[in-house]
Amino acid sequence: MTAPRQLLAEWLAPRVAPEAAAWLEGQLRRLARDGSERDLVVTLGLIPRRLGKADLDLSAAELAAAAACRPGWDPSRWSVDTAARVLALLTLPDDDEAFASRFAGLCRDADAGEAIALYSGLPLYPGQPRLEAQAGEGLRGNIRAVFEAIAHRNPFPREQFDEHRWNHMVLKALFVGSSLAPIQGLDERANPELARILCDYAHERWAAGRPVSPELWRCVGPFADGPMLADLERAAASSHPRDRAAAALALAASPAPGARAVLDRLRDEADRIAAGKLAWADVA
Amino acid sequence: MMFIDAHAHMISRTTDDYEAMAASGVVALIEPAFWIGQPRTNVGSYFDYLSHIVGFERFRAGQFGIRHYCTIGLNSKEANNEALAEGVMEILPRFAVKEGVVAIGEIGYDEQTALEDRYFRAQLELAKELGLPVMIHTPHRDKKRGTTRSMDVCIEHGVPPSMVVVDHNNEETVEEVLDRGFWAAFSIYPSTKMGNARMVEILKRYGGERIIVDSACDWGISDPLAVAKTARLALDRGIPEEHVRLACYANALAAYGQSGQMNEADWLDPPAIDQRTLYEGNSVLRGGREPVIESPGERRGMDRLIIE
Ligand SMILES: [Zn+2]
Repeated sequence: MTAPRQLLAEWLAPRVAPEAAAWLEGQLRRLARDGSERDLVVTLGLIPRRLGKADLDLSAAELAAAAACRPGWDPSRWSVDTAARVLALLTLPDDDEAFASRFAGLCRDADAGEAIALYSGLPLYPGQPRLEAQAGEGLRGNIRAVFEAIAHRNPFPREQFDEHRWNHMVLKALFVGSSLAPIQGLDERANPELARILCDYAHERWAAGRPVSPELWRCVGPFADGPMLADLERAAASSHPRDRAAAALALAASPAPGARAVLDRLRDEADRIAAGKLAWADVA
Repeated sequence: MMFIDAHAHMISRTTDDYEAMAASGVVALIEPAFWIGQPRTNVGSYFDYLSHIVGFERFRAGQFGIRHYCTIGLNSKEANNEALAEGVMEILPRFAVKEGVVAIGEIGYDEQTALEDRYFRAQLELAKELGLPVMIHTPHRDKKRGTTRSMDVCIEHGVPPSMVVVDHNNEETVEEVLDRGFWAAFSIYPSTKMGNARMVEILKRYGGERIIVDSACDWGISDPLAVAKTARLALDRGIPEEHVRLACYANALAAYGQSGQMNEADWLDPPAIDQRTLYEGNSVLRGGREPVIESPGERRGMDRLIIE
């Protein structure tokens, strides 16, 4: 079984200039040996200057190797500097507790690119449960790309977040205009409390005359009954095709007896769902 | 005309200032780490301040269409608190390598004490190690001697003049700074450092080469439009456009661009197209406003052009 560290090194090798690779090699050796804090922070800071910030642009085979090595690991949007920074962190001496406190320290003063790298690497670090609180802290910031480094294409939230943290991550994704589709485990971790929060949010948006993201209904569908069914009816009556498609998908997922009747009014969408031609991927 | 304000303490300014600066043509600015008006008593408040200027302030400027860079350093006043200074020196390397940090600065002398000298030198060594330019704050008192001494110490530490911007110059210091090959910056700061009519006379006499005009706007009575106003006054008074472009834009880019952290493409082809670093949040817009940068109109006039 290949370790993430080995994969990262393999991916970087053909993608960076020889001098930069030699520099990184030297820094990693130092980190593995004693790993002083100063060496670590300077290495992390200089990585984009020495290696650049190009897209990593992994092949399908490389992505498959990532997922085989660590289920859920999806570095499809990673850049060279992100990969090298995560590699540097994985080079530190093994000690879960020490790692968690160093990780929190690094997050405290990270710039945007660094924060993206630190949080993108979450599923690979030692002592996963110890990193949960810092991941929660990372979601509180106001830079969308940093939020998405945690929330999107990352198995860490689905595995580590409790229901409260999970629900607030999904709500914030909508709040900052981000999308839900790249959140791993979205359907599996849907829950009645989240459905209630999202419907309340939809009501706030409607009251303010603002649009409601159709993706929202994906987390509502499985629990839709009573007043929530009325909310789906409202979405189903929208003049926007995406709203109607989302309402139909949510209604199709609802176990409530009343859902069928509303869905019947969305003939076209219902037929496409039945034929396997309409799915949440089409709404995102 | 596009301008760079190479010295602006935006942590002290409002969103109105950002809007007015953007409307006046400022495309980028540099926020040097400096004294916030009241001495910091522990390294923690320094840590948060540096985090702020490499983080939130960069994001906030971006919301108004201005690219934000900063310089990192321990200022000379606070170098006199040895316990604080030691703590700050320990955290400087981690901040100096953050994205958008274009120099070690502003550093130099205030009262020209032994402690100020020690930490000035230590920071010159850090700049050398990290390959960064240096921004020097020349003292308000005993300025001429302090300016000469600052340059002497840079040479002594093997920092080439081409990597050093000497700021807050005046008629008394400019000649030596230019003669020795350093960049000479001028802060157009009302009533104290330099007025813009005086600045125009300096441009008339020395041309635009290696001269940088900035506002040094901060928490004191200062004008964030100083660069644009000086440029207009200079053009009105017959300074060649190329000299104005050098002093109010191109020289700052050439000097601080040596860090590798500041490129014309940053504002001509802004980072919004990079999905990974797209700054988009709800803090400045507070969730309710459409994230559109509106043209603010002439709320902050360019009509009072002279800065005394
Ligand atoms: Zn200053």
